[in-house]
Amino acid sequence: MSDTIQTKAPAPRRRLNLHVLGPVLALIALIALGASLNSNFLSYGNVTNVLARSSFIGIIAVGMTFVITAGGIDLSVGSMAAFVAGVMIMSMNALVPVLGIGVALVLAGMGVALIAGLAAGLLNGVLIAKVRIEAFIVTLGAMGVYRSLVTWLADGGTLSLNFDARSFYRPVYYDGILGVTWPIIVFAVVAILGELVMRHTPFGRHCAALGANEQVARYSAIKVDRLRMATYVVLGVLVGLATIMYVPRLGSASGSTGVLWELEAIAAVIIGGTVLKGGYGRVWGTVVGVLILSLIDNILNLASIVSPYLNGAIQGVIVVLAVVLQREGKSTD
Amino acid sequence: MKRRDIFKGAAVVVALAATPALAQDESYTIGVAIPSATHGFMGGLNYHAQAAIERLEATYPQLDFVLATAGDAGKMVNDIEDMVATRDIDALVVLPFESEPLTAPVQAVKEAGIWVTVVDRGLSVPGIEDLYVSGDNTGFGKVAGEYFASHLNEGDNIVVLRGIPTTLDNERVDAFNAAIEGSGINVLDMQHGNWNRDDAFNVMQDFLSKYDDIDAVWSADDDMSIGVLEAIAQAGREDEMWVVGGAGMKEIIKRIMDGDPQLPVDVTYPPAQIASAIEMTALGLVSQTPVSGRFIIGSQMVTPENAAQFYFPDSPF
Repeated sequence: MSDTIQTKAPAPRRRLNLHVLGPVLALIALIALGASLNSNFLSYGNVTNVLARSSFIGIIAVGMTFVITAGGIDLSVGSMAAFVAGVMIMSMNALVPVLGIGVALVLAGMGVALIAGLAAGLLNGVLIAKVRIEAFIVTLGAMGVYRSLVTWLADGGTLSLNFDARSFYRPVYYDGILGVTWPIIVFAVVAILGELVMRHTPFGRHCAALGANEQVARYSAIKVDRLRMATYVVLGVLVGLATIMYVPRLGSASGSTGVLWELEAIAAVIIGGTVLKGGYGRVWGTVVGVLILSLIDNILNLASIVSPYLNGAIQGVIVVLAVVLQREGKSTD
Repeated sequence: MKRRDIFKGAAVVVALAATPALAQDESYTIGVAIPSATHGFMGGLNYHAQAAIERLEATYPQLDFVLATAGDAGKMVNDIEDMVATRDIDALVVLPFESEPLTAPVQAVKEAGIWVTVVDRGLSVPGIEDLYVSGDNTGFGKVAGEYFASHLNEGDNIVVLRGIPTTLDNERVDAFNAAIEGSGINVLDMQHGNWNRDDAFNVMQDFLSKYDDIDAVWSADDDMSIGVLEAIAQAGREDEMWVVGGAGMKEIIKRIMDGDPQLPVDVTYPPAQIASAIEMTALGLVSQTPVSGRFIIGSQMVTPENAAQFYFPDSPF
């Protein structure tokens, strides 16, 4: 018994390393490529730009990691972000005469965004966990509903934040502490908290257990329905948080806000090593995945090596390659 | 059982729609089929279609309108078939969602003896429509290009944001390139911003990281201009370059009206072309005014002096 453990022990460790390093290697390769193509790639300005624009998808993808680890999926997050942004802008515009331009107005707007995100996540969660409709169908439906709602709220055009309120709120995206802008700080805090929750709390372990085998999780006295609902609620709140960072950037929302964010977030989660069918999740991997996705765009813009018509193709190939690197690690067993 | 009820309902609708037409010789029904308001330009188009219909219904009591908006080509075909079958339309104004799938259904409408006005996107078979109303994509690129050629010096650098890769975008960019040819203007880069604010913001941020010397930006669309201007503001390079967009979004027109140095001019591609089409179709029905043929709405230059006539504060776009 002890013999078998001893002989087997080194093998999984090496395997784990390869598996873990896959996305990191891809990220390092991309950074090296970017730096060799353009000297401005590693400049402070460009690095800040890329990190800040990654933060929306990044914050959402951290929540998505929990949903996917628990064996779920959420296709509605992009539309939900657009809808929450629309509701936030409209309520802030409506509150300007009451609260005036100031911290109170911004806090009220943030509160509205978080509550709207929580409510939307709760609705998905209840339909999936309690009414027991397939997550794919519930969130696909929600995707259409929120996209239409924001188009309807905007009357087909664009919802714009009151100009003075926008000027006051603008620093939330563009300013920060010691040259690190707020979206980057919030993304980092969310990622670190997410990693801690995933690794060191019962919630994280229960998510993995639920994704691995629902029956076993149920017999292990995990409150499966409540847990599943909680993952969607967490994701909804994080969508609200991402929206809080997004709105001050351009001060507007329309039917074309957040298009395909859901797929980018899911792709980032999978690139990072989380298993799409659930059971195993890695929050820091997700962060690497998000950075890989935004770096590809950034490098293509900075380098203009090939026809811009082919950007999508290059993106697709790199995404698949990043996952292939991991598969090689796995296939050793 | 259910299906039979639907047919009954349809028969009643036909009867109701037919009755007033029989009772009143001089009354006409015009069907309007347009894509739904999924983005800024189409939002403006929907607004102008509704405004034109309201205005015409007040002016000509004998005119009746049926407006249908569709989110895809299939729904648009259904809408048109319903208009012919149940509302007995005398004329159809259609902005085809896509040329190919709409050609046969619109041809069938034409063969039923109904007047057909096609807006903005042509059908794939020529000669079906009685009247064709459209914006001018070649002119759109040309007007912008000529402005760049006459306001920049030899060796000045520009960057270009393109729309979603389509023939429409190619026509504009080709005309723009032709207009600046020989002027010595240096096009540093062209990337697709997909007529989207966020994409344009990201692309412009990267252009700004990549190039130290940019004198002007052709963002080719006012939604993209919003993202571009924000990226320039973030980099603190507002004084270095100006931006020319296009289409005629009210926020941009307002800033040109106020003499913003970053936005010297704009080039129109008016969503109000749908109003021209509806008005002309109505005019053809109620009077002897000849309206058949092709009507191409020129892309005009909006300057601080004439901006007021392009400013529609109530429109969503």
